[in-house]
Amino acid sequence: MSYPIESNSEFSGYAHPEALVSTQWVEENLGNEGLVIVECDEDILLYSTGHIAGAVKIDWHTELNHHDNRDYIDGEAFAALLSSKGINREDTIVLYGDKSNWWATYAMWVFKLFGHADIRIMNGGRAKWIEEGRALTKEVVERPATNYPVVERDDSTIRAFKDDIFSHFGKPMIDVRSPAEYTGEKLHMPDYPNEGASRGGHIPTARSVPWGKAVREDQTFKSVEELNQIYRVDAGISDASDVIAYCRIGERSSHTWFVLTYLLGIPKVRNYDGSWTEWGSSVRVPIVKGEEPGAVPVSF
Amino acid sequence: MSSTPGADAILEAFQEVPVNHRLELLLEFSESLPELPSRYQEHPELLERVEECQSPVYLFVELATDQTVNVFLTAPDEAPTTKGFASLLHSSLDGETATSVLSFDESFVDKLGLTDLVSQLRIRGLHGMLARIKRQVREKLI
Repeated sequence: MSYPIESNSEFSGYAHPEALVSTQWVEENLGNEGLVIVECDEDILLYSTGHIAGAVKIDWHTELNHHDNRDYIDGEAFAALLSSKGINREDTIVLYGDKSNWWATYAMWVFKLFGHADIRIMNGGRAKWIEEGRALTKEVVERPATNYPVVERDDSTIRAFKDDIFSHFGKPMIDVRSPAEYTGEKLHMPDYPNEGASRGGHIPTARSVPWGKAVREDQTFKSVEELNQIYRVDAGISDASDVIAYCRIGERSSHTWFVLTYLLGIPKVRNYDGSWTEWGSSVRVPIVKGEEPGAVPVSF
Repeated sequence: MSSTPGADAILEAFQEVPVNHRLELLLEFSESLPELPSRYQEHPELLERVEECQSPVYLFVELATDQTVNVFLTAPDEAPTTKGFASLLHSSLDGETATSVLSFDESFVDKLGLTDLVSQLRIRGLHGMLARIKRQVREKLI
């Protein structure tokens, strides 16, 4: 860790308190060498309406996704992207964003595919910063370009693909979407977008643990005791578990990936970014409708 | 299918700027969406939720006796892209006749040149707003 870790008793119960910072800490550390604040939002224009002073923007859609393939950018493009944002490989990155930090944790997950070491999430995200009356600016941020090294993406440790799901049946899998998406009811509501999948329901054996269970009303993460109850006790996940989380396209499940990995310290957690838009549209893959997780499919 | 003077002006503006400036233009539109008149602010139940949008977007269409359409849309400040889209439709359709709204060419959405910049779900939200405006006009014509 290149930059001092926040000493905050609220974080001390978490497995990796160094992966979290408070809004207060961010404000106190603004402009310091070695620290880069990065905003990543669902809405591509939100940053331009006002952002934390000195924060650069990463757009998940146009900058992290490959332009043609349904995949992420490669090592070369990632190096070019971070260089253009003025980020060094050794820098500490603090990510924050809208929607309870969905996209901040998603960006963190993508950055981790490239092994960037020190990334922290600003607890409560953009909404909490604003709620507390902290300043936003429209000032254009110019950071001198850096020379971020080309690092090949490692898809083997925290990313799951469709084929991995078949060999995963029987091990913990959590669907973090809303209950209506899980049961399959949502695709049947009139005039509702079908979220890019042709069938409604969930992956057999996946348990429903909506991502939002992990946060309080002010968008900050719940205490480790509450999180243990939700994930370890109620969902049956342990340190020995091999866990896969998914949602619609992998953004809400990045949030859960962060909670399981950094707040609870579960060593093996993968995000299935193909998620329901891939699984729910694939030919000859089993799905389950309704509230029950369903059994391990006999053949597929 | 046809266009409107408002929509033509918008398309011209979007097409003449470089791709990376189109978002700035959309941001300007988001800032110019008129506030809802008080009769709707006080009666939110009159407004129809646009379910295709991820953000809470609501709209209402009024049809005058001379067939003039007035469109009212509202979107949260935290969703400037959606708010910008609402503003584009407002500028394109507000004050037009029912016939012109109903025959409004939906390819307007694709011609803006934003499809590479904005996620598919948002584009679908824009289509959703347009479809609901047209449906409300049709219902009021009966």
